[in-house]
Amino acid sequence: MTAAPALPRTAAELGLAEQFRAAPGAAASSARAAAFHRFESAGLPTRRVESWHYTDLRVALAKAAPLAAPPDEATIAAAKDRLATLPRLAPARLVLINGVFVAALSDPPPAGVTLAPAAASATFSVDDPMLALALALAPAGVAAIVAPGAKPSPIEVVHCFAGEGPRSVYSRLVIDVGAAASAAFVERFVGAGTETQRHASTAIDVAAGGALAHVAAIEDEPGLHVESEVVRLAEGAALDAFAFVAGGALVRRQIFARLVGERARIGLAGLGLLDGRRHADTTLEVVHAAPRGESREFYRHIVADEANGVFQGKVIVQPGAQKTDGAMKSQAILLSPEATMNAKPELEIFADDVVCGHGATIGALDPEQLFYLQARGLPPAEAEAMLLEAFGAEAISRVADAELAEALLALMRDWLARRGRGSRS
Amino acid sequence: MLEIKNLSASIKGNVILDGLNLTVKTGEVAAIMGPNGSGKSTLSYVIAGKPDYEVTSGEVLLNGENILGLAPDVRAARGIFLAFQYPIEIPGVATMTFLKATLNAQRRARGLADLTTPEFMRIVRTAAQGLKVDPDILKRPLNVGFSGGEKKRMEILQMTLLAPRLGVLDETDSGLDIDALRIVADGVNALRGPDRSFLVITHYQRLLEHITPDVVHVMARGHIVKSGGPELALELERNGYRDYVTEAA
Repeated sequence: MTAAPALPRTAAELGLAEQFRAAPGAAASSARAAAFHRFESAGLPTRRVESWHYTDLRVALAKAAPLAAPPDEATIAAAKDRLATLPRLAPARLVLINGVFVAALSDPPPAGVTLAPAAASATFSVDDPMLALALALAPAGVAAIVAPGAKPSPIEVVHCFAGEGPRSVYSRLVIDVGAAASAAFVERFVGAGTETQRHASTAIDVAAGGALAHVAAIEDEPGLHVESEVVRLAEGAALDAFAFVAGGALVRRQIFARLVGERARIGLAGLGLLDGRRHADTTLEVVHAAPRGESREFYRHIVADEANGVFQGKVIVQPGAQKTDGAMKSQAILLSPEATMNAKPELEIFADDVVCGHGATIGALDPEQLFYLQARGLPPAEAEAMLLEAFGAEAISRVADAELAEALLALMRDWLARRGRGSRS
Repeated sequence: MLEIKNLSASIKGNVILDGLNLTVKTGEVAAIMGPNGSGKSTLSYVIAGKPDYEVTSGEVLLNGENILGLAPDVRAARGIFLAFQYPIEIPGVATMTFLKATLNAQRRARGLADLTTPEFMRIVRTAAQGLKVDPDILKRPLNVGFSGGEKKRMEILQMTLLAPRLGVLDETDSGLDIDALRIVADGVNALRGPDRSFLVITHYQRLLEHITPDVVHVMARGHIVKSGGPELALELERNGYRDYVTEAA
């Protein structure tokens, strides 16, 4: 990223600098200091930064909320009760509270998986100011290391927020899948409220012949949710990732993926359900750096009221990445005249023997379909919900695990029911 | 049952129905025949409540109640069923899911409890068998990839399940081969009864060989221009619509 012209520091930027200096041990760590320096020299991203064009954090983040406290015994006890009522989406559960891994609330990892502090992962080396900020301020977090050849049962990582009033929370997770191993992880974000500012980072590294299924679900209502996923796929490695975004006032999910080995395959998919005045931005950068790679992106959004959806997908095929096969699709349904969707698929191809395509559609529900359903007796809200459920379910069908897909369908139905009730009142 | 008085309707400023009067008695099967562009399909849509049309005058009374102000789903719950000329494809919605939702929505609107799944399955299986609808098709998304005949049979299957008071059949014979036509007609005939009326809209007489109407109305230029018995359909088959198309030109 080129250095932005010097803008005066905002109150939020000044506050973040203060927080960094005051954070215990942060300034003393050279890696953290370097990360914060990267953030500070770029500043909060503005519309002038191309990849942040639709989400101006310099404007949106007026004030940096104070850092959330690391969990103490009372916090852990309270979280234990809340987690007891949270239905599981995977057999094994790992818990982070305010970014700190809490062994006392976590299951022992399944056979083939070891845990370690997520200190420094080379995979994180992507130049983005918000990722740099997260790496500067996040607690050590946790790294889940899947041994070569292992096929552990699925694991859910629950990112809990605990705290009162305006608070910032930073987290760092590393998922390392060994050669020829196969694993599934679900990251769930819970507990945040409108005054919570969340900065999450996940590094995913899949070694040769390994396979990972990854699902991220925002189930709470943070004021700000900035999540960076950095992915590195070695030869013949595969990632199937899905994101379910149904909460959060301002959500930015960014995925930086590099297919560095031959015949690596990545499937990125997601469903965004936006109502009220929510803003949700999904920005992808998929780099094919080796031949015979395959990438598929499939994102759907339902945008209601005055909400605003953003999809930016950039696929870069580097010189030498011959026989790359890429296809990207973004589809959105707008439910009100005030709802907006910005879709920007992009291809940058520097190799000559590739097959790449993209498509984006934005539309309303089909009035002919709505009339047909109503003529059969379905009230308008029910007819609409039936069509929307079908639209969203096609995105969720990209989740291979049937139980997990069913759980996401249930979350979508909850959202549709809440909306239905809201629109009738 | 159905009483239409001085009904005029337009779409995008074009007048399609122009002072139409029509009465369908309880238990009666009335056929409406007419040339292309006479407003037959528009009449069916206006009865069902399609929002594209603007009703500029008149009333549509169902058992004495003017239904023109009612939403389409409310009309359906009152007992109106429109079998579409071109049934709409609904990707992603399994036919079975759709059937259950519509049946229960209408039951709720009438203050009845939802059907249990076994009850529902039994009713659907019986109806599907009668109409020779392949049970496998019920698992597929509604009308998606169905043949013309399958779509029309699905319309009649829905009508059988929803058991309306008034069935409006809009060109149900179009696109059907003779075997499918017979199955569809048998399905309709099975539903005939003293409490149920039908409005059978068709361009050709051949459907009426299988569904014998009590009365035949001829529609042209947005209103009914002639009414008579079943023999009127045969006369039209011989002479065509030219007398009615040119009458007021």
